[in-house]
Amino acid sequence: MKIHEYQAKEILRKYGVATPRGFPCFSVDEAAEAARKLGGTVWVVKAQIHAGGRGKGGGVKLARSLDEVRVHASRILGMQLKTHQTGPEGQKVRRLLVEEGANITKELYAGMVVDRGSQRVVLMASSEGGMDIEEVAAKSPEKIHKVTVDPVTGLTTRDAEDIARKAGVPEKAAAQARALLQGLYRVFDETDASLAEINPLILTGDDRVLALDAKMNFDDNALFRHPEIVAMRDLDEEDPAEIEASKYDLSYISLDGNIGCLVNGAGLAMATMDIIKLYGGEPANFLDVGGGASTEKVTEAFKIMLRNPRLKAILVNIFGGIMKCDVIAEGVVTAAREVHLKVPLVVRLEGTNVGIGKKILAESRLPIISASNMADAAQKAVGAANGK
Amino acid sequence: MSILIDKNTRVLTQGITGKTGQFHTRMGKEYANGKNCYVAGVTPKKGGQSYEGIPIFETVKEAREKTGANVSVIYVPPPFAAAAIDEAVDAGLDLVICITEGIPVRDMVRTRYKMQGKKTILVGPNCPGVITPDEIKIGIMPGHIHKQGPVGVVSRSGTLTYEAVGQLMELGLGQSTCVGIGGDPVNGLKHVDVLKMFNDDPQTEAVVMVGEIGGSNEEEAARWVKANMKKPVVGFIAGVTAPPGKRMGHAGAIISGGKGTAAEKREVMEACGIKVTGNPAEMGKLLKSVLK
Repeated sequence: MKIHEYQAKEILRKYGVATPRGFPCFSVDEAAEAARKLGGTVWVVKAQIHAGGRGKGGGVKLARSLDEVRVHASRILGMQLKTHQTGPEGQKVRRLLVEEGANITKELYAGMVVDRGSQRVVLMASSEGGMDIEEVAAKSPEKIHKVTVDPVTGLTTRDAEDIARKAGVPEKAAAQARALLQGLYRVFDETDASLAEINPLILTGDDRVLALDAKMNFDDNALFRHPEIVAMRDLDEEDPAEIEASKYDLSYISLDGNIGCLVNGAGLAMATMDIIKLYGGEPANFLDVGGGASTEKVTEAFKIMLRNPRLKAILVNIFGGIMKCDVIAEGVVTAAREVHLKVPLVVRLEGTNVGIGKKILAESRLPIISASNMADAAQKAVGAANGK
Repeated sequence: MSILIDKNTRVLTQGITGKTGQFHTRMGKEYANGKNCYVAGVTPKKGGQSYEGIPIFETVKEAREKTGANVSVIYVPPPFAAAAIDEAVDAGLDLVICITEGIPVRDMVRTRYKMQGKKTILVGPNCPGVITPDEIKIGIMPGHIHKQGPVGVVSRSGTLTYEAVGQLMELGLGQSTCVGIGGDPVNGLKHVDVLKMFNDDPQTEAVVMVGEIGGSNEEEAARWVKANMKKPVVGFIAGVTAPPGKRMGHAGAIISGGKGTAAEKREVMEACGIKVTGNPAEMGKLLKSVLK
């Protein structure tokens, strides 16, 4: 699960990670009021959307007067902000963060993830903050410093100071940087974060160390023990089809193509997308109905796929193990009737009770195109989507 | 021969009183030598009861001592599953197969930390389990699609493994053992660990390795294959079409050094002498082409 920058900063501050002062705002008046409360002469008006790259897209502006705060706030609120992570249609801005301006002398980077290789939390830091950190990692990997954190001791004082020094924190700010990094680890661990990223982490003219930006993602599997994090979820930032699917325990991701896929198991679902592409088609979605799909789940899955106006065909690919083919066949028939299916439907069934399943499909008298294996199914679906 | 499990394995089910645990224990018991293999169940506060004639104990330690069980399979719900693994490790079992999906990553980081220096091998979590056809089935895979034979199968995915097995069977090729290692970021056995076992197993003549995007396990396995493997390995990587935007921000990409795409994995595998198909319908055919 993702949250907004201002929410991440609220959490970070509780763990002693210093950030600029600021307030979330939902209107131009609130933005002006926030700037007045903050005082000073320079403010930053920041669009709050979940995607990165907001500055380049025009979603982050510096204001040198309260009037400028109003001007920027009114421009940014409601805009379709396009960044490299939003896709071409952009994301509508509904929330702002108004912060005090900071006197930046140096921009660093700090990030934390669970590393598959070492099976531990890894802290990364670099002197090359503020810019595209992936490019830094690719071109000059020696500038990215890493510490693997022992889950029992946590991030030690020694490791925190050492990596801060390597990332270019001067001696007089070392204690602050250490406290910040140790706080970052504690928050990562205690909130079951999957990603915590501070880019940039800044040094200021008055020798302070601040998290100027903050990004946090959380492990969906651990949300059951963090109601305070769940409360921060912003459904406006999520794909409506994906939200609808999650209500029925379906794993759905919207894609750009026109062939809907309904598959059991994530690996087979990805492979099904791959084989559609291999035969010249484009998948409209990733959809894993899981191991125990009921007729209701299959029907809802069909409804969600059919909301896509680009949809030209549906491919159902089931390898029944625990899920029996006759159950899925009943589900497909019921769903196809209930939604008055207008697009061609290709079904490939294999595994437990496959004979009964195929019989149910045949006797339904629905115009279902039966496929004998994955390759046959993909070819038929691509043909059907192209009107052949 | 086979790897990890065979007809002499003695299994205890952790979470045997839950719906899933009961169903799959029954299916396992009905498969091949399962009647002799499934010897115990563990559910706290339900000790003294039994299920399908299988005695239930309070703790793994007690179940092991009273029945001689050496392998555990876990169907415990996600919030408690990591603790169930810890208990099985502390009881000194040889192998723990954790089927449970949805365990918090932080719990697995701690569990893997505690497992350091212990003899217990972990398969999973979030995996279909392990089957040695015509001998024993531990997990949720359909037993009837398998038969004994010369091909080893190792995969991160469940149904995609069944797909590979289905294709092998159409060509008349049975399996030595099929291992589903699971898709979670922090888990037990990796591709490379299973390949080492297949390399040493006299029954296994060739291996199908099914991978997915993310991480670098397939690449590590491929490098090991190049240096050590005496048997042919073929592969497929799912996720060529997976959208790149759906990943974990910058930090996730950096930690793997910008690696983990299907194209990258395929390139490394092929450079290491593994034949890889881009067509998931041709895994069986490709394997057959390398069998001597």
